[in-house]
Amino acid sequence: MRATLRPVITLLGLLVLWWIVARFAGIPNFMLPGPAEVARALTAQSGFLFQNMLATLTEIVLGLIFGTLFGAALALAMVFSRGLQRWILPLLLLSQAVPVFALAPLLVLWLGFGLASKVLMAILVIFFPVTAAFYDGLRRTEPGWLDLAHTMGATRLSVLLRVRLMAALPAFGAGLRIAAAVAPIGAILGEWAGASQGLGYVMLNANARMQTDLMFAALVLLAALTILLWVAVDVLLKRLLHWAPDG
Amino acid sequence: MGSAPPSLELRGLTLHYEGHPLFAGLDLTVEAGRCTALLGASGVGKTSLLRIAAGLAAPDAGTVQASDGVPLRGRVAWMGQQDLLYPWARALENVTIGSRLRGEKPDKARAEELLNAVGLQGRERALPKELSGGMRQRVALARTLYENRPVVLMDEPFSALDAITRATMQELAATLLAGRTTLLITHDPLEACRLGHRLYVMAGRPARLEREIAVPGTPPRAPDDEELLHTQGLLMRALLKGRAT
Repeated sequence: MRATLRPVITLLGLLVLWWIVARFAGIPNFMLPGPAEVARALTAQSGFLFQNMLATLTEIVLGLIFGTLFGAALALAMVFSRGLQRWILPLLLLSQAVPVFALAPLLVLWLGFGLASKVLMAILVIFFPVTAAFYDGLRRTEPGWLDLAHTMGATRLSVLLRVRLMAALPAFGAGLRIAAAVAPIGAILGEWAGASQGLGYVMLNANARMQTDLMFAALVLLAALTILLWVAVDVLLKRLLHWAPDG
Repeated sequence: MGSAPPSLELRGLTLHYEGHPLFAGLDLTVEAGRCTALLGASGVGKTSLLRIAAGLAAPDAGTVQASDGVPLRGRVAWMGQQDLLYPWARALENVTIGSRLRGEKPDKARAEELLNAVGLQGRERALPKELSGGMRQRVALARTLYENRPVVLMDEPFSALDAITRATMQELAATLLAGRTTLLITHDPLEACRLGHRLYVMAGRPARLEREIAVPGTPPRAPDDEELLHTQGLLMRALLKGRAT
């Protein structure tokens, strides 16, 4: 009961704070609309907003799926072969040294205004936390588990797939949670760099036209989307990792 | 087990740790079909010795061989300080994990029999986190038995259990592992006295094996046996002396 009540109270508190600031701080409406105005914009343009939300959601989910697969594959490759690890690790660091924000216009230039450039942006943001966490988990297998498998005559591949991979799943889950939380950043960045739909696109246009209430409505939807996505991933992981001692 | 188990011969084992010899030229024969208990304080090199015997680590010098000349690989079962159950696998899957790891078809019927034998009937589908420490160690024992190897190496397998659970597990292990060539290392004089047909104290640096200590009777000996209690006292003294030097 308390666990579900707490976020509701926090949310209500933030709403009240927002209302007070918008109402009494003397900020003009076009700079900070109150919750009521934003709610009105939400309902008045619900169809339009929903359509754009679906576009953004598609980008995020596709990015999350492919980013996770790519990130997990990289981690497995690095653990399976030292040679591969020597090649991949510097590339991995390089990929994080180049700011994704700077890449966004390039990706739009190369891949166009459509879905692909946004999904790729999301993948770029997502894969790293997955790779880093999973790789770390794969390298930190309890030595006793490996010894036991060794005395039982396990092959290297079966140790990797049946022991190390399983043992690294909680770490992988931690990476995936972070990925789910940052995934929208990639998609929105991609939309800002150039798009024809999506919540980021809506925000940019609304901002240019001083439709601050619409911009806030898109922002609210984006936040809700991010939270729902995180909760969905969290529930899924808790189910998958029900065996984990402190899950 | 098939044919009669071989004895295990450790000859001239030498191992250095951070430049100092942990043991040098150490010889030990683990008698066929019997339990040899190796008693020593923490840090004396018992676990290193057992890991070498298990093929998990290489010595700087020396050999580990079976008396029948057949290579030891695939003939040794190992039971560690922790139960080492895989937390994602249910009790039955943990017992048959060796089969899965070797890509063989698991023998579920035999695994169920073994779980019965260790007193865990009805808990086949339990996850390790749903089992108590004693129950988990029972699953580990069933897993060791499932491997059905002639040689069993045990590294303080009951040290994490409370005294009463430990006593029960010792009896169960001694009964179920009877007839295999067993090397048990422990820091608990009572455990060594209860389980060992033969008993050695490992002490000093580099560590040596002191002469064999005889305990009358056959394992598992009763914990209140008078001769056992006497030997336990002697062992404690030997250990304390080893510590001082």
